[in-house]
This record gives sequence, C-alpha cells and structure tokens, in this order.
Amino acid sequence: MSKVLMKGNEAIGEAAIRAGCLNYFAYPITPQSEVAEYLAHRMPEAGGVFLQGESEVAVSYMIFGAAGCGAIVFTTSSSPGISLMSEAISYIAGAQCPAVFVNIVRGGPGLGGIQPSQADYLQATKGGGHGDYRLLVMAPASVQEAVEMVMMAFPLAEKYRNPVMILGDGLIGQMMEPVDFPENLKTEPTNKDDWASNGMDTRGANSPNIVKSLFLDNKLLNDNNMALKAKYDRMKKEEVRYDTYNLDADYEMLIVSFGTMSRVNRTAIDNLKEEGLEVAMIRPMTLFPFPEEAIRQASLKENCKAVLSIEMNMGQMVEDVERSVQGKVPVKWYGTCGGDVPTPEEIMNFIKEQK
Amino acid sequence: MAKTFMKPEALSDQHTHYCPGCTHGVIHRLIAEVIDELGIRGRSVGIAPVGCAVLAYNYFTFDFQEAAHGRAPAMATGIKRVRPDLMVFTYQGDGDLASIGMGEIVHAANRGEKFVSIFVNNAVYGMTGGQMAPTTMPGQRTTTSPFGRNVEDSGMPIKVAELLSSLQTPGYITRQTVLKPKYIVKAKKAIKKAFTYQLEGRCFSMVEVVSTCPTNWGLTPHEAIQWAEDTLLSYYELGDYKVPE
Repeated sequence: MSKVLMKGNEAIGEAAIRAGCLNYFAYPITPQSEVAEYLAHRMPEAGGVFLQGESEVAVSYMIFGAAGCGAIVFTTSSSPGISLMSEAISYIAGAQCPAVFVNIVRGGPGLGGIQPSQADYLQATKGGGHGDYRLLVMAPASVQEAVEMVMMAFPLAEKYRNPVMILGDGLIGQMMEPVDFPENLKTEPTNKDDWASNGMDTRGANSPNIVKSLFLDNKLLNDNNMALKAKYDRMKKEEVRYDTYNLDADYEMLIVSFGTMSRVNRTAIDNLKEEGLEVAMIRPMTLFPFPEEAIRQASLKENCKAVLSIEMNMGQMVEDVERSVQGKVPVKWYGTCGGDVPTPEEIMNFIKEQK
Repeated sequence: MAKTFMKPEALSDQHTHYCPGCTHGVIHRLIAEVIDELGIRGRSVGIAPVGCAVLAYNYFTFDFQEAAHGRAPAMATGIKRVRPDLMVFTYQGDGDLASIGMGEIVHAANRGEKFVSIFVNNAVYGMTGGQMAPTTMPGQRTTTSPFGRNVEDSGMPIKVAELLSSLQTPGYITRQTVLKPKYIVKAKKAIKKAFTYQLEGRCFSMVEVVSTCPTNWGLTPHEAIQWAEDTLLSYYELGDYKVPE
C-alpha cells in the first residue's frame, strides 16, 4: 500500500481497525482526543463499536467487560486518564484478559501540562495499579512505528492474555508523518472458549466460565500470581525489542533513550561524530521487558566510559539502565520535563560535559 | 408422581454463605427462575459486585464476570455493546451502586443500555462490616454512624429508583421487596419484565429490591423483616417508577 500523510493520533485509530480491532471505548483528553474523534466516524464505517464513556474509570471497565467476553478491544488516553484506568488495568491483568491501552503521555504530576513527556515510564513499567502485575509496554519513536506497535499489540495481548500498553507522547500523537499500514499484522481471532464469559451457547458448553480476580483461598491466589509471573518471565525471553544507532563505532559514550527523545539524540550523535566524538545509542522499543542484556553488553565495550540515560522526565528509566549496567561504568541521567523536547545542542553539551 | 416444584436449572448446589435472614438467597432464586423460564441460561452473563454478593457466581450455572466496586454497569455496557445477543445483568448492593458506583449506574441508565441491574438495598454496607451507606436511614446506627445517621452532615438517604426515573431516556425502573411471600411474587414479575425488555432490546431496567441485613442491623431475622417493613418501606415506597412507552 502507498504511504499516506497522517496525524499520529488518527494513524493509531486506523491501525487498530487494520489490525482487526473493531471495539473502541474512550473518553476525551488532550493530547489524544483525535483518536476518539477519528474513530467516532471510522469505527461505525468499519462496522465496529464506538462508545464515548462518562469517565476514564467507566471506559476502562467497559474494556474489561468486553475483553472478558472475548472481544478484541482497545482504548486510548493520556496520563491523568491512565491514572484513572489503572485500577481496571490491575483487575484486567489479575483476571488475565487481553486488552490494549494507548497512553499519549503528557507532562505531570497532577494536571501537569499538555505537551509531550515521558514521565509515565514508571507508571507503565512498574505498576500504576495495585498488586503483582506487569504490562507489556512498547514505545514508538515515529508515527509509522506507532502504527506497527498498535498492530502488534493485539496479537501480543492475545498471546499473553495480558494488557499491552503503547507508551507514546504528545509529539507522536500530534505530528503528521507518512505512514503505511502493513498487511501482515492482522490479528487472527483466537479461541477463548476455555476462559471467556462469551455465553455457554456460544461455545456449546454446559459449564460456566467465570472471569474474576478474587481468590480468597491463599493458595489459589498464590497460584494465580505464579501463573502471571510465568507470563512475565516468558515476555522477558521472547519479547525484548530494541534498536541501535552507531553501535559498531568505537564509542566513548552509550546513550539509552526511547521514543521521541531518541530522535533528537540521533542528530546529536551525528553532529558529535563530525566533531570527532563517537557516541552510540540503544533505543528500547519494549520498556517492559527491558533490553537489559543488550545494554549491559554494549556498556562493556572497551572504550565506553559512561552510559547516559536521556529521557523527557526527571530520571525514571535511569533506574532500569543502572540495573542493566550493574555498576560496570558510571550511569548518568539527563532530562527535562516541562513539555519542551531537548534540542540536539543541549544533548551535545551534556554529553561533552561527561568526557 | 409428577414434579411440581424443583430447584431452577440456573441455580447451583452451592451451600449458602449468606447469613440467616438475609434475602440474597431469595433474590438469587428469583433471577434463576426467570432465566429458566425465558430459556436464556446459555447466553446469560451476570456481573458480580463487590460486597456480600461478590461470590454470586458460585450460586448460578451460567457465565459471570466479577467487577470492581461500583463498576458493574460499565462492565455490563462493555459486554452488551460488543455482544448484544448476550443477556447481561448486574447484581449490586447499595454501597456498590448508590455510593461508589453512582456515576456508572446513572450513565448506563441514561444511555439506555439494554441490560438489567438488580439493586439490592438493605440500607447498610454488608461485607465490610455494617458501615453507613448512602441509603442508611436517618438515625440508623451503623459502625460508622455510632450515634445514628446524622442527616445534618450525611444528608438524607438516596432514593435511587426515584433518581433514575428522573432521566429522560426511556427505561424500566421499579422498586420491589422480598420481605414476605406477597412481595416475592411481585418482585419476580418485575424481574421477569426487566429481562423480557432486554430480550426485546427495548430499554435499560433497574429492579431495586428492599432487603435485610440482620447481622449488621443487630436484629434477629424475624425482627429484621419487621424493621424493614416498618421503617424502610415507608421511606422506600414500592412500585413502578418508570415504564417504557
């Protein structure tokens, strides 16, 4: 298919439909409201379900209900909205239902701002809601990648019966870029008859399916948590994705950076190369599971003097970077969190200061 | 000899965990009878609340989902929108529906979602141990209103049936009780009407059922029925508050 120029938020909506997800519930919040505006006409046109709920809380339980009866379903929101959805995300993970959540991150805490931010890294990767659960988190660095990750998210959610989160930012949602929609990322419906409350007649059964997260028996609760842990361990083995930049060079510094921030770093790396300073970058595409081993290996390269975690927040991913590097070389952090994306010059200055 | 009375197929053999004098068992049975009579067990999905009835799915023989506190109407909306052929109902107490879940029930009713809400109102939080609910009567002692509900700082009890019937969207809103056999017969008719409206795809239905909680009221089962009839029914008046055109 030929490329079309699309705004990130609209492309995300279209990507879900192309992936085979025809059920969308949402509540407006800047900077992602265009997804709902786009799908308000596009979803009915595609024969799907569109519903604007009364709050993010309600929407997240509409997602739970729909996922629990076997539907392929997704929603989109932005930071404060995701906080409100975090209760349901915990329930959905506990009840082992597949669902896709897109967070077009804005600045926080509180109402924060409406400009791009990466300040929800910890919320996305370490919890957000209560209890022992993880989300599979993917972070796109372009509109094209947002499209591909949204399309990949549905089969991954089905594979693991676990919520998958796309962690974008206001820039990914708001900017226009040329995109094409891959034909090979269509989600195949999976058989959910052994667990979903899809109606006994639907599956020709005479015994009920119960979708629940309550286990009053200590052993059963532990068993459920062990089953969840086994899934997260499997994600760590099978789903780590990352990109590299200038990693073949004899670099002195290694940047770890994701999403929009990584694009600025590329320019900084190119400029520094011209000045005679070699810097490489690892860009985690999955934030959970985190590319720990790739970062550790890259940090061990002979001339690598420091690993730099560069993020649009006050230092969140840096904790995972430190964990990956395991103290072999110093780990430094640079970031801003007001809504302005750092310029290549700011990044170059920071890197040069580390020499 | 012909069988003239039997346990509904939609009800399981589970021993009850409800207290003596609690009316959940009666209401469960009425729902099961209606589901049997309408022949919809194979496409029914119940939503269990948080509260004493969180384990409701143990008593029924069809699919269930378990909600977070107050969120059952949102979950039912999600199911009904993606699978309109399923027969969906929420089963909620007064702490669940009238307090933490007030937003969800009002908006589900206002959108005219085609499912049924069974609202069991016993004027107190049950599972958490007898705390004050939005439906607790003025002066009623609970563990969080030890001197009796003070309407100066807690307001008057919320009449949910009246509140929902003020919405302009068509719906079936009724208040019933199961305190005595004469009421039980009427309550069953109302529940059947609500499920029939759903079968016909006509409207949202809420059947409020004035109920008991002897344990948290500190009364015997017999006293509880008497207190409910004297005190609750004079405030929570029975009857249809709204019927579809």
